[in-house]
Amino acid sequence: MNLIERVIAISRRRSPWICRLNAGSCNGCDIEITPLLSPRYDAEQLGVELHGTPKHADIVLISGTLTLRSRQAILDIYAQVPNPKAVVALGSCPASGNVFAGSPLVLSESLDSIVPVDVWVPGCPPRPQAILDGVARAAKLLEEGATKSQLESRRGRLS
Amino acid sequence: MNAVWSYLVAFVVWPGLLLAAPLGWLELWFMRKLVARLQGRQGPPFFQPFFDFMKLLGKETVIPRGVNRGIFLALPVVSLASVTAALAIVPLPGNPAPSLPGDVVLLLYLMEVPILCEVLAGYVSRSIYGQVAAMREALLSLAYNLPFLVAIIAMAQEAGSFQMSALQAAPYGVVHLLAALTFLLALPARMKLNPFSIANAEHEIVADSHIEYSGPPLALFKLSHAVELVLLTELFAVVFIPATPWPLVNLLVYLAAGVAVLGGVTLLATATARLRLTQAFRFYWVWGGLASAVTLAATLVR
Repeated sequence: MNLIERVIAISRRRSPWICRLNAGSCNGCDIEITPLLSPRYDAEQLGVELHGTPKHADIVLISGTLTLRSRQAILDIYAQVPNPKAVVALGSCPASGNVFAGSPLVLSESLDSIVPVDVWVPGCPPRPQAILDGVARAAKLLEEGATKSQLESRRGRLS
Repeated sequence: MNAVWSYLVAFVVWPGLLLAAPLGWLELWFMRKLVARLQGRQGPPFFQPFFDFMKLLGKETVIPRGVNRGIFLALPVVSLASVTAALAIVPLPGNPAPSLPGDVVLLLYLMEVPILCEVLAGYVSRSIYGQVAAMREALLSLAYNLPFLVAIIAMAQEAGSFQMSALQAAPYGVVHLLAALTFLLALPARMKLNPFSIANAEHEIVADSHIEYSGPPLALFKLSHAVELVLLTELFAVVFIPATPWPLVNLLVYLAAGVAVLGGVTLLATATARLRLTQAFRFYWVWGGLASAVTLAATLVR
């Protein structure tokens, strides 16, 4: 790894820009993201910026139970995030459907079967510290080149 | 050293890319840190703008379908090149480029190119948000350019020459003060800062006109904005701050003046909310127009 690649790798950890995607959430997780940018948790110390467009994002925070209608939206938005990218699943819903599991309007599958998830942040809703920790872990994975999409593309290049 | 080499050095090294980029990052960091401190936050670390830039360089570029690839990729390069060329004209201490007669006109033209690039970037991206941002940027530039251009032209009239070095050496008078105030009036809109952050309103139109940009082209746009900050603050310092005979002192005074201007503008940005386009337009045509008229009258009255 030469010097420039090393600097870029460090920069990936130091400047994770996030974009959030509500896949059918009750808004409980989303409302816990807002304090991250406020004085108490101040994610900008870690270089985190919240961007509205997936084109500028490195990390997608996906919250909420997965509904029939959000499946395609998740795929579309994930495809628009430029590589390298990481996915953080917020709360219990993306993993299991939580209390909505079994409803006819809800996909009965984990988010992992739609897009590769790198970090799971459990909780209903997760605490802001936990979300910030999840973002920091995803940023660390981006630095190491160890997010699932990065590993996938490396495997694709080898084969 | 012949003229071509001195222009190249001015473009690439000082006050061009090699030293203006770190200076721009420093100014960006200063603004972000000041905003954070004013909001009671800790704010980003010192190297944050540099990390943002390097990270974007290492990312993939997604080009939307149906977009002309050449124009899409050329716009950020043209924007950065023109803003750097404009900075190379500004007679900062140690600038090796010789002063040309009429370089103020060239400077004013080169300073319009990044705005044009932003407008084209919005329209070319085929994103509806980008197009709204481009329209806002284009309309707003019609408004804030009135006081901005009048401030510089009044100084040229005062100095009796369209040469940057003449503007810098003009004897200090009341026109300086009036033109400086007119210039400062246009500055927040030119920097796309808060009361006039209509073109990059991130809550209404997601991002500014580079919404569809990602990776290295976005990094170049960000760098171009950073260099533009340096250009605007240093242009203010060079034209309106009286020069001393010692270049090193001049340089320090100019840099300090640049940071002070930036601090004031950031303070205004933190304390205010976004105006509507019509309000900003009316503000610039009424108050900017009034300031411009007073400034021009002061140059003619002598």
